[in-house]
Amino acid sequence: MAHRKTKSRTAKSSGPARDERWLRFYRQMLTIRLFEEEVNRLYQSGKMPGLAHLYSGQEAVAVGVCEALRRDDYITSTHRGHGHCLAKGASLERMFAELLGKAPGYCSGKGGSMHIADAETGNLGANAIVGGSAGIATGAALSAKMTGSGRVAVCFFGEGALGQGLLYECMNMASLWKLPVVYVCENNLYNEYTRFQETTAGEIAARPAAFAVPCEAVDGQDVIAVHRTSQRLVERARAGEGPAFMLCNTYRFYGHHVGDVDRGYYRSREEEQRWREGRDPIKLLAARLLGSRLADGRLLDQIEDEVRRQIAGGVDFAFAAPYPDPSEVERHVYA
Amino acid sequence: MSATATRESAPRELTFAQAVREALAEEMRRDPRVFIIGEDVAEAGTPFKVLSGLAAEFGTGRVIDSPISEAGITGIAVGAAMTGMRPVVDIMFGDFLTLAMDQIVNQAAKIHYMSGGKLKVPMVVRTTLGATRRSAAQHSQSLHAWVSHIPGLKVALPATPYDAKGLLKSAIRDDNPVVFFEDKMMYQLKGPVPEGEYTIPFGVADVKRLGTDISIVATSSMVQVALAAAERLAPMGIEAEVVDVRTTVPLDKDTLIASVKKTGRALVLDEGYRRYGVTAEIASLLVDEAFYHLDAPVKRLGAMDVPVPFSPVLEDRTVPTPEIVVETAKNLCGRS
Ligand SMILES: Cc1ncc(C[n+]2csc(CCOP(=O)(O)OP(=O)(O)O)c2C)c(N)n1
Repeated sequence: MAHRKTKSRTAKSSGPARDERWLRFYRQMLTIRLFEEEVNRLYQSGKMPGLAHLYSGQEAVAVGVCEALRRDDYITSTHRGHGHCLAKGASLERMFAELLGKAPGYCSGKGGSMHIADAETGNLGANAIVGGSAGIATGAALSAKMTGSGRVAVCFFGEGALGQGLLYECMNMASLWKLPVVYVCENNLYNEYTRFQETTAGEIAARPAAFAVPCEAVDGQDVIAVHRTSQRLVERARAGEGPAFMLCNTYRFYGHHVGDVDRGYYRSREEEQRWREGRDPIKLLAARLLGSRLADGRLLDQIEDEVRRQIAGGVDFAFAAPYPDPSEVERHVYA
Repeated sequence: MSATATRESAPRELTFAQAVREALAEEMRRDPRVFIIGEDVAEAGTPFKVLSGLAAEFGTGRVIDSPISEAGITGIAVGAAMTGMRPVVDIMFGDFLTLAMDQIVNQAAKIHYMSGGKLKVPMVVRTTLGATRRSAAQHSQSLHAWVSHIPGLKVALPATPYDAKGLLKSAIRDDNPVVFFEDKMMYQLKGPVPEGEYTIPFGVADVKRLGTDISIVATSSMVQVALAAAERLAPMGIEAEVVDVRTTVPLDKDTLIASVKKTGRALVLDEGYRRYGVTAEIASLLVDEAFYHLDAPVKRLGAMDVPVPFSPVLEDRTVPTPEIVVETAKNLCGRS
């Protein structure tokens, strides 16, 4: 059985005890990490078609943010979307099935790694157009406001999307109309093979500020910090106080995509090692849990075993699943 | 009909990617006004590695890494072109043309006309087309019909390394905005490219294979599909003539019509969506101009009118294959 979010939860103190939540964060981050390690293996062994952009290293952002959301809140994601989808409650079975192009996948095999959407968990879709979901997230926030649903939309994007004009058009409207949307910028330092400093002028935070959208910067490797900040910004949006911008400083451990292995020309091994060893969000949380005696090594091992079993189950499910019927190719073009 | 005489001069083989790179390098050496701008074009040489080495030779002042700003870089290129430069914009995937479409359609394509011929926009937008890489619907489209629709733009669709080099050099020297499509699946395709300098003029189709029974008029990677189909048709006693359109704008009507008048049958093949597409335009032309020479209706094959699906079992159905071309050609020739 895949791990699922069972209950919708508000971010209020009525939730489970703090230590239980932190263990949950741990489990969620580990699920994303191990999911992706499996994806990498599948790709390397030629069992997965297409490409995959791994999220490893950035797990604290997806988990910290999505844990501050209700199940019926909306998210939009990116080409690097596995983490967001899982954190929002997607099942491992259907994720793997989609990645293998199988019929029970989230998109019936039509979307693949870069386009996973799940209406049931409020996931309006990963998006392979950089910045492409700024309109969708902002529109979801508009509809939440118009219908009084109390929902909030979170727009995840990489810092590369700061180059796209659509984002600024949308932020302007979101601010004017006080829409309940949180723009979550994950700055992992690189747009594909280029350092973000070479593509991004000035202060990132000054950009939302120009639209009177409040911006908070947060250590994207610290899931608790991400969580606390997003809780505040999400509740603020839910209360009708308008959009916010969260800048998460983070790092991707792998290349731009699974095939990007020779990356010495744009970043150093030492830099990668530094982040992997000193700034791994999962290790950081584990140390915190152990240090404050909220968990012992045995419990963390037990969680890891469970997660590994779930991952294996998800992969088995996906391999056993059928491919879509060829006639599917013409279905779903129109609703 | 190739427009150059140097084709036989040297048996050197290059990949399609190398041919594109060589064309750019030669033009940049020849003309200091030529520069390249795009995402990850410099050190990375693009994700397809087509531009590898150019930044080393020409510097990052002429091979310019841009932010992920398709509208912006295209707009900037329009302005630079209007004021004396000759920019080559790299739009990584043809799907991202949509983001630059205002600048291409409403600015670049209109300026010369609107200014009464006073201003010109000598720029090239290099981009890709083609499915079957399991890249799904936002990275697989062949959108050349879109830009072919717009007066003021020229559109090239090379099918071989030789054509890629010669056409790109002409594109760079052209005083108009040109959209230049490279099929992602063809980058490793090898073919003869002579050492010496040559260009291929726009508006000259190329007969890639002579035949007597049916004309297969094709574009880009579909030329390769047509050639493969022709090889299979030959043992069945059907000699297919394969005509490579090379540029959809301007379109070499004469070569196409002459071929169909000779064979009496036509199959038009293109990887864009079938409806309202390039094949419709060409089929209509052939019916208009060669009606009394036709022994059968003109047939067209294109990509299915669906977003390109991810799953291999589905994706492979969306694009014309040699098998389908063979079947269709046989039917047209009255065999089954
Ligand atoms: C509009 C558009 N242009 C270019 C691309 C190609 N591309 C895919 S990912 C990427 C880099 C994205 O960088 P960033 O937004 O920082 O996200 P990250 O990959 O770092 O998570 C680029 C240029 C694209 N998918 N969409």
